[in-house]
Amino acid sequence: MNLIGEKISYKPDEQFHLNDVSFNFKKGNLYTILGRTLSGKTTLLKTIAGLLNPDQGSISFEEKDFIKIPVWERNVAMVYQQFINYPHLNVYENITFPLEQRKLSPEQIKKDVDEALKTVGLVGFENRKIQELSGGQQQRVALARSLAKKAKILLLDEPLVNLDYKLREQLREEFKRIFSEGLSQDTILIYSTTDPQEVMELNGEVIVLDEGRVLQKGPAKEIFENPSNLKVAEISNDPPMNVLKGSKNSKNLNFENISLEIPNHFKNLEDKDYNFGIRASEIKLDENGEQFEIELAEISGSETLLHLKRGNSKIIALIEEVMNFKIHEKVKINFNANKFYAFSEDEKLVSSPYGGTNG
Amino acid sequence: MSKLYTFLKYFFITFWTVFVVAPFLWAVSTSFKDFQSVNSKVTYIPWLDFEPTLEGWRVLIKSPAKGGVDIVEPYFNSIFVTCTASLISIVLGTLAAYALSRFTFKAGFVRNNDITFFFISQRIMPPIVLSIPFFIFLSTIGLLDSLLGLVVVYIVLLMPIAVWIMVDFFNRVPKELDETALIDGCNPYQAFYKVVLPNSIPGLIVAGMFCIIFGWIDFFFAFILTFTEVQLLPVKVVALNSSITPWWSLSASALVSVAPLIIVAFIVERYLSKGNLSGALK
Repeated sequence: MNLIGEKISYKPDEQFHLNDVSFNFKKGNLYTILGRTLSGKTTLLKTIAGLLNPDQGSISFEEKDFIKIPVWERNVAMVYQQFINYPHLNVYENITFPLEQRKLSPEQIKKDVDEALKTVGLVGFENRKIQELSGGQQQRVALARSLAKKAKILLLDEPLVNLDYKLREQLREEFKRIFSEGLSQDTILIYSTTDPQEVMELNGEVIVLDEGRVLQKGPAKEIFENPSNLKVAEISNDPPMNVLKGSKNSKNLNFENISLEIPNHFKNLEDKDYNFGIRASEIKLDENGEQFEIELAEISGSETLLHLKRGNSKIIALIEEVMNFKIHEKVKINFNANKFYAFSEDEKLVSSPYGGTNG
Repeated sequence: MSKLYTFLKYFFITFWTVFVVAPFLWAVSTSFKDFQSVNSKVTYIPWLDFEPTLEGWRVLIKSPAKGGVDIVEPYFNSIFVTCTASLISIVLGTLAAYALSRFTFKAGFVRNNDITFFFISQRIMPPIVLSIPFFIFLSTIGLLDSLLGLVVVYIVLLMPIAVWIMVDFFNRVPKELDETALIDGCNPYQAFYKVVLPNSIPGLIVAGMFCIIFGWIDFFFAFILTFTEVQLLPVKVVALNSSITPWWSLSASALVSVAPLIIVAFIVERYLSKGNLSGALK
């Protein structure tokens, strides 16, 4: 009774948009698809919706071949990153549109629409025109239309990406509430995003996509703690995880003329060259630390992002206060060796501070 | 500076208005004159300069047997041909434009853009190039000198305009709108007429307006492809100009023939400002 995709490939031009993607989505669960722009997230959602037909592979839902069913009979709902509503209809008519299309009774329609409006917090906006609403409200209408349909598969394609920062935070909170209250146990919810923070907050099963390929699948916590390779580590962190090319010998970890004591979880590693990974938040300013040069300092909210350089290595440090720096100023920083990841030279995870390895 | 700007602005607006409106006023005034007031000396203002008469207007509805010119029949002929050809062009052109905007066509080396260009190229050619082929074509199928034949020719002339305007318009309607309609349970035809079409009214109005204007003012094909059975208004108006030009009835008929376009322009202008789609689709 699951939504199962097997070996789906889609290659409309020179490049694979989807490359050998398989999944097994169970009812009542939330799945997030994490990937950078152009990684194939939208293509995957459109394939599930039926707007695109894969060149290879199969999709089945409730034991039926999904590919043979046209879009308009699939009973899916989709919210786009652009705020797509019907501009010629008002808010109420927008939400009733799919229900009328299914020829439900007027009483049923009214009940479902009122419920959806309540869930998204747009009661009282029924007669407004779409053009009169703010971006956030427009996206709420789109979400309400999807919820009112009570579709068995609900697809959300980067629904928050076009909203401003404040509104994004606010809607993200609401989404969590809506997903836990407003959805029945039959629904499969698939949510795509570029933002690792959204993935962690929604805390569902994660699929990491890159260049049309599935890089890793698993619970959000697992992806965050044990990214299976360097790509995943970069995609699942914002700012991306820093990579330092270096080596381990019997006494130290070495990179860019810096030596660190070997942390406990590296004790059993072979002595050779590695790509070390360290999150931006695990780098601290420290008078007794190593010297780096500032290439750029950006203040975002209550944090400061320092782009640092030493030798051939460029790293980003996340300082949790607002500080002013000059470009080319030298700063001293300290690495938390206990939070180091080790990736092999072919970029596979070898050791993580959370105990995961990738054999 | 701003005073000078304001002055210049109003100066040019006034100048242009006079430039455009003066010939109309001249025609209005002339249409009420008789032979005497036109030919003796320059006269402007009725009752002061000359004694107005309705003769110029009366001839227009009198039958030729009674010395009139009877533009009533050509008038309705023109309305029929223009409206029928415009309507068919808009319907077919809109469907073609939607297909060209949304689907990908491949036939040999021909792609969507080539097909669109083929339509537009029909307007790039000077009409005189088409006159002989059209003449032979219509005479072969026996539609020369008939309303139906003119409708066929005008569709060829007007449909490229409709396709051109509507392709551009549909390209600006996001594809996601159609996709949402499909996801919401519409089949492709329902998506087109329930969602895409209602949101394309401004484009349809613009395309319709251009079709009506170009159809209404065409003289060339109306002149070449008709003889005695059927006459369209532009031909009839020009035909008034014989050995002695009856300036009064010529002015009156010119005014009557421009009137529908002015009415269309006023109606359309209100719709265009109302149907502002750009804000709705981000």
